[in-house]
Amino acid sequence: MKKFLLAISLLLSAQLAEAVIETYDFDNEEQEQLYYEIISELRCPKCQNQTIADSDASLSRDLRFIVQQKVKAGETKGQILNYMQERYGDFVLYDPPVQPANYILWFSPLIIFLIILVVVVIRVGRRTIDPETGDVKMNDTHSNEKGE
Amino acid sequence: MANKKILITSIPIVIFTALVVVFWFSLGSDPTELPSQRIGKQVPEFNLSNLHNPEEAFTHQDLPKKPFLLNVWATWCVSCHVEHPYLVKFANQYPIPIIGLNYKDVRVDALEYLNKGGDPYLFSIADEDGTLGIDLGVYGAPETFIVDGDGVIHHRYVGVIDERVWNTVILPKVKELDPSLVDVEATQ
Repeated sequence: MKKFLLAISLLLSAQLAEAVIETYDFDNEEQEQLYYEIISELRCPKCQNQTIADSDASLSRDLRFIVQQKVKAGETKGQILNYMQERYGDFVLYDPPVQPANYILWFSPLIIFLIILVVVVIRVGRRTIDPETGDVKMNDTHSNEKGE
Repeated sequence: MANKKILITSIPIVIFTALVVVFWFSLGSDPTELPSQRIGKQVPEFNLSNLHNPEEAFTHQDLPKKPFLLNVWATWCVSCHVEHPYLVKFANQYPIPIIGLNYKDVRVDALEYLNKGGDPYLFSIADEDGTLGIDLGVYGAPETFIVDGDGVIHHRYVGVIDERVWNTVILPKVKELDPSLVDVEATQ
């Protein structure tokens, strides 16, 4: 049990250690919040599955510095994300824009959902329920083939 | 009825085939390689010091007026050490100008490195803060940009340029821009 707790606490501490090292001074709280919001939405181009907030790569550090400078200079979130996108592409955005190249990502869940919906409606619509006994009778091709 | 059965049984086969095709084509591509946003655009404006002389500054106007390679490197970059001898060799063989962008490096280290290993660069720009690197979208040295005489970026190669990459990627692209530059005899 003790070992188990130790393992758990070690795992938790590892999570904490991921936090960013440097601290920046901001003029006000909104700027600081904006800064943290932006760096947690930008992907590190070098270490691909981390945000620049999580990553300790020197490139991430540079990018955080740029974000900090721009936030302090009063730039909006859109301007800063645009700046990054111009340099590193849609890849840096954890929330990429909808465009033909990624239509399949955005719309395939919707399409699959619609297909399921249509199939379910058709199949369920074919059932007849005996009003007296409440028995459900399948009238679709599969049940018929099985000789029901 | 038979038609419908064939249709339904063929669905998994069709899905499977589609997946095989998709996965097959993803096999060859390197997911860590990002497309450059700078293709077809000018080299960003810069004002950075000469690696060999901190007093002197280079701007984008100092870039060659004919096609050239812009090679991003640093002494802390392990793969750059692998690439370096190739660049020295190709710089001697071909009349293609190579501009060095020393990225986020210590000046003395970089100079010592060039003294020891040879200097393949027409000139070297010192990007100590990495500002031009970020403007170029550099995410991992070595990176090499193929730029034309008007300063427009045509291609970016991420990774070590060796014999194979030089012959299959760099030379064909440079040849498109200026066939005379890939002529080996021109300098020998």
